Amino acid sequence: MESILHAVKGYMYPNEIELQWSLLIVLYPFITGLVAGAFILASLERVFNVVAVRPTYRLALLTALSFLLVAPLPLQLHLGHPERSYEMYLTPHKSSAMAMFGFVYLWYLLVVLLLEIWIDYRPEIVHMAKTSRGLKGLFYRVLTLGSYNVSPQALAIDAKVGRFITIVGIPSAFLLHGYVGFIFGSIKANPWWSTPLMPVVFLFSAMVSGIAAVMLIYMVVTWFRGLKIRMDCVDTIARYFLYAFLIDFSLEMLDLIHRIYEADESFKSLDFMVHTKLYGSQIIIQIIVGTLTPILLLALTQIFRMAEAVRRSVYFCAGILTLIGIFAMRWNVVIGGQLFSKSFLGYTTYKMGFATREGLLPSILLLVLPFLILWFLVKILPPWTEEEARP
Amino acid sequence: MSPEETTPNMMSDRRKFLKNGARFVLLTFAGGAAVERILSGEPVVRVLADSYTGTPGYDVSQHWWGMIIDIEKCIGCGNCVRACKRENDVPLEPFYFRTWVERYHVPAKDMLHPEAEDHPEVDSPDGGYDGFPERYHAGDGSKNFFVPKLCNHCAHSPCVQVCPVGATFESPDGVVLVDKKYCLGCRYCIQACPYGCRFLDPRTRTADKCTLCYHRITKGLTTACCETCPTGARKLGDLKDPKDPIHEFLATHKVQVLKPQMATGSKTYYNGMDASVR
Amino acid sequence: MKGGIKDVEHFVRAAVLVGAGLCLFLVLRGFLVPKDFGVLGHYRAGALADIAARPASFAGRAACEECHSDVAEARKGSKHEKVNCEACHGALAAHAQDPGSVTPTLPDTTKLCLTCHEKNAARPVNFPQVDPQEHSGGEICVSCHKPHHPEIE
Repeated sequence: MESILHAVKGYMYPNEIELQWSLLIVLYPFITGLVAGAFILASLERVFNVVAVRPTYRLALLTALSFLLVAPLPLQLHLGHPERSYEMYLTPHKSSAMAMFGFVYLWYLLVVLLLEIWIDYRPEIVHMAKTSRGLKGLFYRVLTLGSYNVSPQALAIDAKVGRFITIVGIPSAFLLHGYVGFIFGSIKANPWWSTPLMPVVFLFSAMVSGIAAVMLIYMVVTWFRGLKIRMDCVDTIARYFLYAFLIDFSLEMLDLIHRIYEADESFKSLDFMVHTKLYGSQIIIQIIVGTLTPILLLALTQIFRMAEAVRRSVYFCAGILTLIGIFAMRWNVVIGGQLFSKSFLGYTTYKMGFATREGLLPSILLLVLPFLILWFLVKILPPWTEEEARP
Repeated sequence: MSPEETTPNMMSDRRKFLKNGARFVLLTFAGGAAVERILSGEPVVRVLADSYTGTPGYDVSQHWWGMIIDIEKCIGCGNCVRACKRENDVPLEPFYFRTWVERYHVPAKDMLHPEAEDHPEVDSPDGGYDGFPERYHAGDGSKNFFVPKLCNHCAHSPCVQVCPVGATFESPDGVVLVDKKYCLGCRYCIQACPYGCRFLDPRTRTADKCTLCYHRITKGLTTACCETCPTGARKLGDLKDPKDPIHEFLATHKVQVLKPQMATGSKTYYNGMDASVR
Repeated sequence: MKGGIKDVEHFVRAAVLVGAGLCLFLVLRGFLVPKDFGVLGHYRAGALADIAARPASFAGRAACEECHSDVAEARKGSKHEKVNCEACHGALAAHAQDPGSVTPTLPDTTKLCLTCHEKNAARPVNFPQVDPQEHSGGEICVSCHKPHHPEIE
């Protein structure tokens, strides 16, 4: 720890030298962003009747669920007293955006995701309940809640309710991730965070990352299954991907231009930080590699006619680069916001451990875990029973 | 369902369902709320105000604490930093301070440094715990001075605003405190403080900061930092006590608070504060 | 074609489940929220007493002068009159509580005085400060200045 002291440049208030929020807190908005974005993609089909993305509908929901289940874990690992976290449910402080977390999370998990997944899968659940035996059968029978009614009338009501849930789910997804942006954006003490644009920027970057993630998962899973990737599906996804990205990029540019123009008391210090400590993660990784390149790639597919195989590769690259870029954005906000002193006179460094509670290893494991959960979910709630296998 | 398919039976079925459903929902809420009420007891019996702190005779509603820091008197001896760590058992590592002292060196204003107050050199070696080794030369036209820092005990504290569970709060007598038994250690309050006065105690893993020696001031003593300050640069003040010297001081000196644009309602008033102070 | 209810039966059951969960939450909440929470504000009122219960380490000048009134007399009129005892002698509440059990050690005057009086550019100009070599050739301060009444008459 003493080594951090030597790494301080200029002056930091003594209590600021050690960073408070670590890699785990970078991970949390990244994960909830994927949840929100995956759900928005799913809602494209249900609410806006964009039929072409239907093959990804169930996969998007299961992806959202997998990531949502993992989302509280980085927070729990970070808390000084995770065993007291239930206090947020007992005595939430109404003026604190963070207090909203428990309720927004539970609402989204139960009412939006679980209910919607349940409604969409009911025919399969009822079928599996009737035909499976043993523990598996018990599991499906419990899921039916004792009702085996899959008559056309019941399913019609299910569809209507499902559509309604999805409509409610869209603002809920906005809230689930938007409030995280507000947690940062409402801190007047920190000029790197404090801006009304923060929730909106977070939201659109979440949509971009979620769309990219679902598209990538669909492509990889389909390839694994030896099936043909439906180009009408990925072409449509790529279009929405591009639109969301253009909005996201514009918002981030607006924030930047506004800062440079107003050049308030914090500007010199922040500007210096961006050109030195954050140069690699912000200019190179987030902006050039993670935003401009994928936008360019996606735009090229819209401007020029490209062969299917070429388009697939381009989409794949754009997807990977985007996820890296959006992760870098979360890093630059969270870590970047703590690298400079509130005295505007100095900088510190972030020392990331490896096999420590808030280190790199747990974070990697937390990023792998949702895929394990997804694999499990795909086994018990297959997303493609209704799809024909195409050569 | 088309109108032809609905029968009178089905209609009453639907109505029955809706009625029962509404009844069920209402009963759930009413029942749950009633049980909660019963179990949590009636509003806690109102205890007399003067026993909230456990000190008989100290009435929280009769005090409103603040602090005066007179920069013109501070000599940077570090007594306050040492006394605070001693009195409050603060970890001795250089990352945890309930109070610290900063030294400012503002270079002489000249053609080469037209905005000298924008570029002060500031240092705080171990918070000033062992004093300040000499680094500058008096008489070269520069301004050099010490600025003690501590929790400002803001009346509109942003740290209290962001606590998700109510573990940090402003007491009725104006002291911002942390409930160590309730704090989750989420560190949001540390992020929200504009003055950098909070830290996470590595031993209790809860947020920690200057308590204005609450355990002393409720017993008629002054804070440890004020007690050991040899020049009277730090003075505790009770804004609700008409006989307290703070009133006269505030009326006769031009004082400032740190970062007034944040409108935190800081109750730590600095006399003789230069424009370069952050 | 009957069966309006049958078609939403599963929703009803789901709602019952959620309702039961909510009930359970409200019941648990009644048990778990501290009784004194919310009395004074959005916090546990008992925290005030918890924090105020800490024992003091510094006794405070008044406690010292109860017994050491001779020193208090000696300091009257001197420049050090307003400097409190524990500023130099350290935290002595334990000694004030039970003088027999805790014997304070005298501060090290080769270092103590310089803590405040060593020349430093950031100290106020009119505050008495010296370079020890220039001032006394390195001789210790107490050979000329009595700490409780430092003026040399």
